[in-house]
Amino acid sequence: MPVDLGLARLSDNLLFVAVVCYSLAMLGYAAEFAFRRRRAGEPVVERQPEAALVGAGGPPIAGAVPSGEGAGQQASERDDDRAGGAGRDGAGRAGAGRAGAGRAGAGRAGAGRAGAGRDQAALAGKIAVALTILGWLAHVGSLVARGFATHRVPWGNMYEFSSAISLVAVTTFLVLMARQPVRYLGVFVMLPVVCYLGLAGKVLYTAAGPLVPALNSYWIKIHVVAAIIASGVFMVGAATTVLYLFKERWERRQPVPYPDEPGPGVAVVTRGGILARLPAAETLDRTAYRVIAFAFPIWTFAVIAGAIWAEAAWGRYWGWDPKETWSFITWVIYAGYLHARATAGWRGRRAALVALTGFAALFIDYYVVNIWITGLHSYAGV
Amino acid sequence: MTAPPSTAPTSTSGGASPAPGPRSPAPPGRGRVRWLARSAWRQLTSMRTALLLLFLLAMAAIPGSLLPQRGVNPLEVDSFIARHPTLGPFFDRLFLFDVFAAPWFGAIYALLFVSLVGCVVPRTRMYARALASPPPRAPAHPSRLQHGTTYVTSAAPEVAIGKAEPLLRRRRWRVVTDGASLSAEKGRLREAGNLLFHTSLLLLLAGVGLGAAYGYSGTVLVVEGSSFTNSLINYDQFTSGPLLDRAGLPPFSLKLTSFDASYQPDGTPRTFMAHVAARTDLAGAATPGDIAVNAPWRDGSAKVYLIGHGYAPHFTVRDASGRVWFDQYIPCTPRDENFTSTCTVKVPDTGLPAAGPNKRPQQLAFTGVFFPTTRLDPREGYVSAYPALQAPGLTVRALVGDLHLANGVPQNVYALDESAMQQVPVTGPAGTRRPAQVLAPGNPKQRTLTGLPGGMTLTVDDVRQFATFQIKSDPYKGLVLVAAVLLLMGLVTSLRVRRRRIWLRAGRGSDGRTLVEVGGLSRSEGDRFAAEFDDVARALARR
Repeated sequence: MPVDLGLARLSDNLLFVAVVCYSLAMLGYAAEFAFRRRRAGEPVVERQPEAALVGAGGPPIAGAVPSGEGAGQQASERDDDRAGGAGRDGAGRAGAGRAGAGRAGAGRAGAGRAGAGRDQAALAGKIAVALTILGWLAHVGSLVARGFATHRVPWGNMYEFSSAISLVAVTTFLVLMARQPVRYLGVFVMLPVVCYLGLAGKVLYTAAGPLVPALNSYWIKIHVVAAIIASGVFMVGAATTVLYLFKERWERRQPVPYPDEPGPGVAVVTRGGILARLPAAETLDRTAYRVIAFAFPIWTFAVIAGAIWAEAAWGRYWGWDPKETWSFITWVIYAGYLHARATAGWRGRRAALVALTGFAALFIDYYVVNIWITGLHSYAGV
Repeated sequence: MTAPPSTAPTSTSGGASPAPGPRSPAPPGRGRVRWLARSAWRQLTSMRTALLLLFLLAMAAIPGSLLPQRGVNPLEVDSFIARHPTLGPFFDRLFLFDVFAAPWFGAIYALLFVSLVGCVVPRTRMYARALASPPPRAPAHPSRLQHGTTYVTSAAPEVAIGKAEPLLRRRRWRVVTDGASLSAEKGRLREAGNLLFHTSLLLLLAGVGLGAAYGYSGTVLVVEGSSFTNSLINYDQFTSGPLLDRAGLPPFSLKLTSFDASYQPDGTPRTFMAHVAARTDLAGAATPGDIAVNAPWRDGSAKVYLIGHGYAPHFTVRDASGRVWFDQYIPCTPRDENFTSTCTVKVPDTGLPAAGPNKRPQQLAFTGVFFPTTRLDPREGYVSAYPALQAPGLTVRALVGDLHLANGVPQNVYALDESAMQQVPVTGPAGTRRPAQVLAPGNPKQRTLTGLPGGMTLTVDDVRQFATFQIKSDPYKGLVLVAAVLLLMGLVTSLRVRRRRIWLRAGRGSDGRTLVEVGGLSRSEGDRFAAEFDDVARALARR
């Protein structure tokens, strides 16, 4: 059947719309993240935003942020960080109570002055979420249009895989956001997504066309979908893990442990910069674990389904083809991650590094193997 | 190796599997051997070692994807070694072209699985013991646990606990009560899933190993109208596991009745289909069947895959009296996507007397190029313009001399040893006494070549298609699949099920009413237990 060129063009345009929406959403998340005040009921932090972050993509809301100094407010900020993190953990209610009671007065005093900045930052965040949903709709539309244009599943070459993986990553983020307060993840999910889509549209772009015969099997609906879902979710896991590593380092460098000692000096707190606003490292670690633990069985299924397809197509379920080898390596590393979290001396930072290595192996599996290493999976159509 | 304290802040906390403890001094004599063995065993089966082995395994697999592998593409290995005369043999000695069959890869693999057994066996024992024992008694003050609350009721303590029990049981908690207190537990399947996962890994390995030992694989080429019987001698290429009974292959036979190939107008393939008549035993009746690229034919554990096809022109050699000395379909090797194919024909028996001072035999050979759709390109000469059989043509030259077939050295049927052969000019459609001729098998006036020694002639009057099949048997494939499915089930169970406990303790308060303390603990990660605990505690208080 011939390719419907009108639909194919529609698909390309929708993807462009999605990329624009995601990019704007990324800016919105960045703005909220950089200029965010405390949420209602929490003491307010006042600090000059860091120039680097504004340069990284914040719209010029900077002028609206008031700056304030004073030992009392700095101390309240420290307390608040601990309390915010602990409260979200659900692990240390006592801490939350202490901080809330002790510093509420100072916090409320600052709230009035910083109200405008908070509202604008929250607004930026909300606009970013709306843009993400808009972009997501366009993205779904792009995939559907591509499918109808070519009369087949819209994941038959590298361009379409990249688009689908990004869609899964955004979906994971949206689902996660509906269940937990993870808007802070926005920048860090949107950044790789926009990069992936840019790579897909500029480098890997393939005009709409029929499938190569080797892929013409119903297993493309099973094996490839599972692989795409797992990869998209792993991407969110990797973003969270990176955040965890930064926050963990920041927490480790706090010289004075909370709470009963005198608050840390101004220099220490300002050095923390925006990292102070991330949730506690423990929360990030747990979120990353849950995301990866969700993706790992799906990846396992993708590998098994791939083996069944290989058996049907080539007569052997496993032949150490480069793609198979790297899927295996990815699987082994993520299995190592799950074990490392339960091993003394490995949990925490080292486990996080293992997870990132796993994601690197996954990236190699998708891109390096298809583009630079020839094997039976070299259908890429790059 | 000790990490600096700043990089390993959590190294003091206890792990799920205890690391080998501080070593006691070794006892002397025979006890020392046992002590060493036990210490080595503990070291090997520790989680840390398992982790290191996992990463080693991942790293060891990397060269297997970067360098060509013998098991996947032996020709590429040879060319790599030829291109890198110093590095190639060195890599070869390190088994870098057979990574997945290398002793060092096998060693990591074996150690990992020993470590796995060492982990699964004691944990299974522990799990069995835990299954038999009730959940532990409630602590003195359950409400002081990580999740804890209290409620007040007017019922007596025993009654309050008695009311709580059915409620928890209805929510599928395992409950034990001793009147004043209650212990409830849920999610013990988690460990079962964990054990299932690791046991399935062992099963999977066993299946892979058995399959390699008892499996076989071979390729065979069948021309339309001829048959193949599954026995060792009929294979063009055959490899098998060391434990396979090679004489006992299932005695099926396949006759290729016809082969269908269809192409897009631009020559890209659309469909391939081999129509066969199959017998599963030699005396049985033949049943028709089809073999396509993604649809093999099967008999028991053996599967027949279609892996290639091509053309086989029909060569007939006659002497001056018209007697037929050679009459065969010769498969030609395709060398491009339009099926331009190379043909080699060897005619050992010609009836011609030995010639020359050395009494050399006068055997005949023909080499040629076959084109399914012949076109004369002004620059490149004859080419094939389309993969289907539309205007078959064959350029051919003839040689006479000694084929060296009698030396006992096995020869490739597709290659000709021309060292003792001499080309002879031939007469045909292209003219008289030319070095080569062009024949058109579809045209009765242009398909015969004359001028061979002794007045012999060659006729190419028909073209059939051939199909190449790969026959594969792995009798333990099913076991591997079952193991993989169990593995996935175990994995999902161990990651999704959370193990948690709830305790209740009731006592009389100072005001004469009953105070019930509720406490909960989740042994697994994830913070959904807080919500579940609140839900249960609220339901209990409502009673």
